[in-house]
Amino acid sequence: MVSLTLDKVGARYGRRQILFDASASLQGGVLTALVGANAAGKSTLFRRIAGHLRGAGAVQLEGAHDHELRYMPQDTGMTAALTVYESIILSLKQGSGGWRLSTEELRAVDETVRRFNISHLVDQQLSELSGGQRQAVSIAQTLVSRPKVVLMDEPTSALDLNRQYEVLESLRLYAEETQAVLILAMHDLNQVMRCCSTTIALAEGRTLAFGPTLEVLTPALIRRLYGIESRVERCSRGAPIMIVDGPAVQDAI
Amino acid sequence: MTTAELDPSESASVQSYRGLVARRIAILVGLSVALVLSVAVDVSLGPARYAVGDVLKTLFAPGTADLQIRVVVWDIRMPMALLAVTVGASLSLAGAQMQTILANPLASPFTLGLSAAASFGAALAMVLGVSLFPGAISLMVPINAFAMAMAASLLIFGLSTLRGVTVETIVLLGIALVFSFNAALALLQYFASEQALSAVVFWTMGSLSKATWGKVAVTAIILAICTPLFARRAWALTAIRLGEVRASAMGVPVKRLRLEALVLVSVLAAVPISFVGTIGFIGIVGPHVARLLLGEDQRFFLPGSMLSGAVILSATSVLSKAILPGAVLPIGIITALVGVPFFAALILTKGRKSW
Repeated sequence: MVSLTLDKVGARYGRRQILFDASASLQGGVLTALVGANAAGKSTLFRRIAGHLRGAGAVQLEGAHDHELRYMPQDTGMTAALTVYESIILSLKQGSGGWRLSTEELRAVDETVRRFNISHLVDQQLSELSGGQRQAVSIAQTLVSRPKVVLMDEPTSALDLNRQYEVLESLRLYAEETQAVLILAMHDLNQVMRCCSTTIALAEGRTLAFGPTLEVLTPALIRRLYGIESRVERCSRGAPIMIVDGPAVQDAI
Repeated sequence: MTTAELDPSESASVQSYRGLVARRIAILVGLSVALVLSVAVDVSLGPARYAVGDVLKTLFAPGTADLQIRVVVWDIRMPMALLAVTVGASLSLAGAQMQTILANPLASPFTLGLSAAASFGAALAMVLGVSLFPGAISLMVPINAFAMAMAASLLIFGLSTLRGVTVETIVLLGIALVFSFNAALALLQYFASEQALSAVVFWTMGSLSKATWGKVAVTAIILAICTPLFARRAWALTAIRLGEVRASAMGVPVKRLRLEALVLVSVLAAVPISFVGTIGFIGIVGPHVARLLLGEDQRFFLPGSMLSGAVILSATSVLSKAILPGAVLPIGIITALVGVPFFAALILTKGRKSW
């Protein structure tokens, strides 16, 4: 079992302090959502955990090595003249040196390609992919080395509804299978309630709440996070859904 | 990676990847064959006309050939032909890695100001007789050129380590360097004697005519040192092309890699430039040809850039002798004249985006 503990984690870009106090204690095997308004510090927290930024506090990893951590940044264009297959191999081979590819390595690439349903894209050039395809490929690049800690910045933002469902389901299975810690920065709170067991709520660089998703995502917290009035109710099949009523009333904030 | 046989138990995507690798290896072999042929033609051509058979005889059995043809083939033509190969490979590899680490298709030893700096250094020697390293009078021109080119790249190198300097800034600084050194060069030319002026102009045209075995050896040794150092970083260099954030997310130490590559690239570009003058086009076109043919997996892109640069410069050397019978035109002129239409045709006809 992998576990990740954040103890009063802070981070700064140059002189600008972005992250002040993020604390949480995460167990592997389930999906964890990281929610918060734009510029709340979600990507900064990821980069701090991944070791790209330094700062106060402690990030403690148990049951996994540092090199078993993978971070998937927000979707950006990829202009390299590589095929999808090559780009996934590339991610697998980082740090392993040799030019040769073993049969096991090719098999690992294949397995990942199939898991995320992108077998039909393998021969395409990266520059020819649509936004959604690119995101699916990025996810495959991130998971091909079977990392034990995975940080994903809005992994489904460019996918259609069907693919969002598919990808989140594959990620949930991946976490269950590998007992890895998966943190997903997400904006769609209904999706969060459906797939993520735990949630970290971040506002202005501080964790406002951390715990089981349904306990964290209350109307009061959603108002503090996003400045909107909402209700969390049960649908006719009993699943929780969030309904947005409108911007928060001034004196209620 | 080298097996092209198809195993029926393998999935379609693995088989198709093996096919891709086999095609790429075939392209590399094809480029190598083209290079050997081009060098052979290069050696058999020249202002002094010898039959191909005599040249071949001199090459493979120098003892039996008469002295004149032996000197022409072994001491004049061979060094020129081989210097075209090493210089073409060095400049193209330098351009390829500059484009890779700076994420910019326009980066090359020429556009980052190394060539302009070298020209200025050479002109200092030719016009004012100023030697940056006193003592070696006979080597004053190449040493000055090398020193200025290294100074320019160290300046870029130093600036790139400053906080907040992005790859775009580095490219812009390089272009600023080109203009500064060109202005300084123009100033020197303005005050130069007629004799010095023509020497400077000839140097800036770029020429292989001062080739010697020593220069071939020096450029070959530098290639032999730099290439394995790049090869060891092949996966990391390829990853950098997915973007800085993605590469560091994969665990690539982007900043350190960029600095290491800049140092290697500086030496790799400065030495050939100081020997042959300005041959601007190879550093941009060689890598682009390799990218179009082979993609950017450095396992293929790295040898591919070297080969394409070598083939282009060697073929240009052939043309520089063939265009005007009895004369050898400066190669820097031909590279651009012939290379530009070829390059334009290549990027316009190849369907997919080249960058």
